[in-house]
Amino acid sequence: MPFVNWLKRNLVVIAGLLTLAYLLLPNIVVTVFSFNKPKGRFNYEWQQFSTDAWKDPCGVAGMCGSLSLSLQIAFWATLGATVLGAMIAFALVRYRFRARGAVNSLIFLPMAMPEVVMAASLLTLFLNMGAELGFWTILIAHIMFCLSFVVTAVKARVMSMDPRLEQAAQDLYAGPFQTFLRVTLPIAAPGIAAGALLAFALSFDDFIITNFNAGSTVTFPMFVWGSAQRGTPVQINVIGTAMFLVAVLFVLASMVISNRRNKHKA
Amino acid sequence: MKTTDSSGDVRLSGISKTYGSFTAVHPLDLTVPQGSFFALLGASGCGKTTTLRMIAGLEEPSSGTVHLGDQDVTALPPYKRPVNTVFQSYALFPHLDIFENVAFGLRRRGIKSVKKQVEDMLELVQLGEQARKKPHQLSGGQQQRVAVARALINHPKVLLLDEPLGALDLKLRRQMQLELKRIQTEVGITFIHVTHDQEEAMTMADTVAVMNAGRVEQLGSPADLYENPRTTFVANFLGTSNLIEAEVDSKSGDDIVLKAGDGKLVLPEARCAAPAGAGGKVLVGVRPEKISLTHADDAGEIPVGRNRVTGRIAATSFIGVSTQYIVDSAVCPELEVYVQNVDRDTRLVPGAEVVLHWSPAHTFGLDAAQDIDAGLEEEAAA
Repeated sequence: MPFVNWLKRNLVVIAGLLTLAYLLLPNIVVTVFSFNKPKGRFNYEWQQFSTDAWKDPCGVAGMCGSLSLSLQIAFWATLGATVLGAMIAFALVRYRFRARGAVNSLIFLPMAMPEVVMAASLLTLFLNMGAELGFWTILIAHIMFCLSFVVTAVKARVMSMDPRLEQAAQDLYAGPFQTFLRVTLPIAAPGIAAGALLAFALSFDDFIITNFNAGSTVTFPMFVWGSAQRGTPVQINVIGTAMFLVAVLFVLASMVISNRRNKHKA
Repeated sequence: MKTTDSSGDVRLSGISKTYGSFTAVHPLDLTVPQGSFFALLGASGCGKTTTLRMIAGLEEPSSGTVHLGDQDVTALPPYKRPVNTVFQSYALFPHLDIFENVAFGLRRRGIKSVKKQVEDMLELVQLGEQARKKPHQLSGGQQQRVAVARALINHPKVLLLDEPLGALDLKLRRQMQLELKRIQTEVGITFIHVTHDQEEAMTMADTVAVMNAGRVEQLGSPADLYENPRTTFVANFLGTSNLIEAEVDSKSGDDIVLKAGDGKLVLPEARCAAPAGAGGKVLVGVRPEKISLTHADDAGEIPVGRNRVTGRIAATSFIGVSTQYIVDSAVCPELEVYVQNVDRDTRLVPGAEVVLHWSPAHTFGLDAAQDIDAGLEEEAAA
């Protein structure tokens, strides 16, 4: 039974490839349909190949505006959540204070809370405070729910850090600020970067909380949702594919850089 | 009048450290002279590392002061003290390469052209080729040398070493002991070395302070500590000692005559660390290699004037250069005797009746009020 033997030998590879296909199939569909030329308003059936949408990505009214708004919110939310979250993480790991245990668990609550409940509660809060819904309410909400993730990512890294490294820095004439800048921060950087990436991704495609607290402001996910009711422009697929490509490029670039660095070092 | 430079003296006055109700270091006075290689020796938890960290400024003393030369540095943070530390497990910065690790101290002090100095320092520790590697790419011994280079490049007045060789295997450890000693002689900086390894302390240091339970038990040159221990802890922790319980019988000239079982032992009064009134109890100590072993049949050949104990060989073990005997006697179970393998007496086998004899000059006396086994378990655990 040569075929059975072959199957036995390659079972792990096959399983791996199937899982990968499962993961990537939606992306492939998005990409393929970004080259479609649909009849009518819905981009759900393959008609014929066309690059029209790629040539005119902003051809749909309001879409690029919402995209730019989403990117801005994601940028500021990432910045805010990363700075605050990193500080919280350091405080939780480094200092022994009253209610530290309670804070540690409270930090996780936003992750466990159903998003839709949090969204509705936030709206209630904003309305009661008389806040005007829009860019700022979205930003505040995003920083809030990104915080937990940043704290978790940074905390893991800081906890595994040898406290002697900072003592060594101090022993070698680095004051508190220099120690933080030259030793603590670089060593915690991978954790902070992971937290920041997570925050950016979470903020950029958040729909539920944003939808509740946006007022008349429209972010990209809201735009996609809204247009899906009336018809789906091909440009949405173009933006999705572009985002996917940018992410892939980032990963490739970091791999090339670390490879080259290792080769240089060896 | 002191003519030598004393700017590298380390002077601890009444320094202590308590954590809540636990006293890690009892008030301690210690002076380490400029240019010496000083070892703090003790079992883990004896307060030696805490003492070192108080000199570095990484631990704040509960009382007392730290002086470097004439300067009181007690209140200075570590980054303002002219001392550097080689940490246990090295604490090399994982994100920086070897060159930048070594250059760290220079750069923090605002020195711009570091290249030449760093290269020279890496040359000194024979790591010139490894400058662009990251710490994790080096072996344990190489990392250890980087840690030394990183500290030494700053020309500290004092170099503190916290169990720097603990993570290395035995062979490498021996090699690094010699290496560190060589570097110290070359640069002439005061070294304070913390270790639990008595052999390491004795090989490297000019002066050893033996610490036990937050106190310095005894301080002196390695040979002095070994030959004249003043407490049972030092006698047992540094090498091996045979301790025999005895009672003061009389005095004759500069010697004390003691009664142990049926026999008499002679101990020079100067070598007795215990009050020796008639009838008082004293622990008589002798190192295993100072004892000669003679078969009972030849007892008549033993010169007069030597201390003698009779016994029976319980066990022997041959270890090449010497043979170790365990001898049971009426005055003390399990006396240890090391005999050089020059002319082996084939009659000395387990069960043989023997006479142990040694020169009174090699005998020391300790206060019998102490725990006779102090320092034994600690060494076994370390």
